[in-house]
Amino acid sequence: MSKLSLWLLFLAVGAGTFSLRFLFIYLFGRINMPDWLPRALRFVPSAALAALVFPALTHPAGSLDLSLGNFRLLAGLGGALVAWKTRNVLFTILAGMALLWILEAAFGL
Amino acid sequence: MNKDFVAGMKAALPILVGVIPFAMISSVAAVSVGLSFVEAMGMSVIVFAGASQLAVIQLMSAGSPWIIMVLTAWVINLRFTMYSAALAPDFQKLATWRKAILAYMLSDQAFGLSMSHFVSTDEKLDHRWYYFGNALTIWAVWQLSAIIGALLGPLVPASWGFDFAFPLSFTALMFGSLRDRPTVIAALTGGIVAVFGKGLPYNLGLVLAITSGIAAGYWSENYKNGRVMK
Repeated sequence: MSKLSLWLLFLAVGAGTFSLRFLFIYLFGRINMPDWLPRALRFVPSAALAALVFPALTHPAGSLDLSLGNFRLLAGLGGALVAWKTRNVLFTILAGMALLWILEAAFGL
Repeated sequence: MNKDFVAGMKAALPILVGVIPFAMISSVAAVSVGLSFVEAMGMSVIVFAGASQLAVIQLMSAGSPWIIMVLTAWVINLRFTMYSAALAPDFQKLATWRKAILAYMLSDQAFGLSMSHFVSTDEKLDHRWYYFGNALTIWAVWQLSAIIGALLGPLVPASWGFDFAFPLSFTALMFGSLRDRPTVIAALTGGIVAVFGKGLPYNLGLVLAITSGIAAGYWSENYKNGRVMK
């Protein structure tokens, strides 16, 4: 990836993200928001985050691996348990990383 | 200093325990996929949205096309429109440039802190100063932590598998977003479609998965409310 396209990437992501943040603050009092929009947007975090997490665990090296040798899947499930119980980003990272290192140390090549 | 501004800053302190490691991990990750210090900090300041930054870095290391990275980041950040809509009435009387500054600093944490405080207190409080106090604190601490992460990044060997911190942090954020059955259905649909769509070209599976998840959540909520035929 060239330096130019990298900075264009940051600018495109940044400009779009700023627009999303600014949109309704700017438009308030100027237009009415359609009723379905907030009801659909509410599902974005759940759907998007799951769509990033699931394949990262099932496809650790690019292809589907549901075996017990897939340490990232096992450590990810352990992390998910901590995430479910605590909803805490830091605890989830610590638990998942620790589990991954233990599995690799104990059973890795 | 304005007392509501100070109150907002103080309210932000406990949440920094989560902000600091997340910002550090974001820039450790950016440096680990080959970005320079200046590039990592450029992204941090220009974008200032951790989950989308981590997603872009993950896609970058997978060699995804430029347009997929941009679209994915935008979709992840769509949630800001909800926050923006909720805060808009408080900011209505401000000059446009002030609105723009407050909007740039909008984060999950600043929104969560501000809205939960606004709905739970009757005391006389300038919402704009309170929001500005906590949003600015979170922004400044985020950027400082990102600088530290970008400096430490090159010292972290790839064999430690720190890239695994992305899916783990997303997992925690995802569980935080599951509030009822329709959000769980949205997550399960998004995740499963993403697994089966993994082989599609240009990472289109990701965009397909997110839109399917939103549609499934929206549909199941309508179904629950008996409005499926509407």
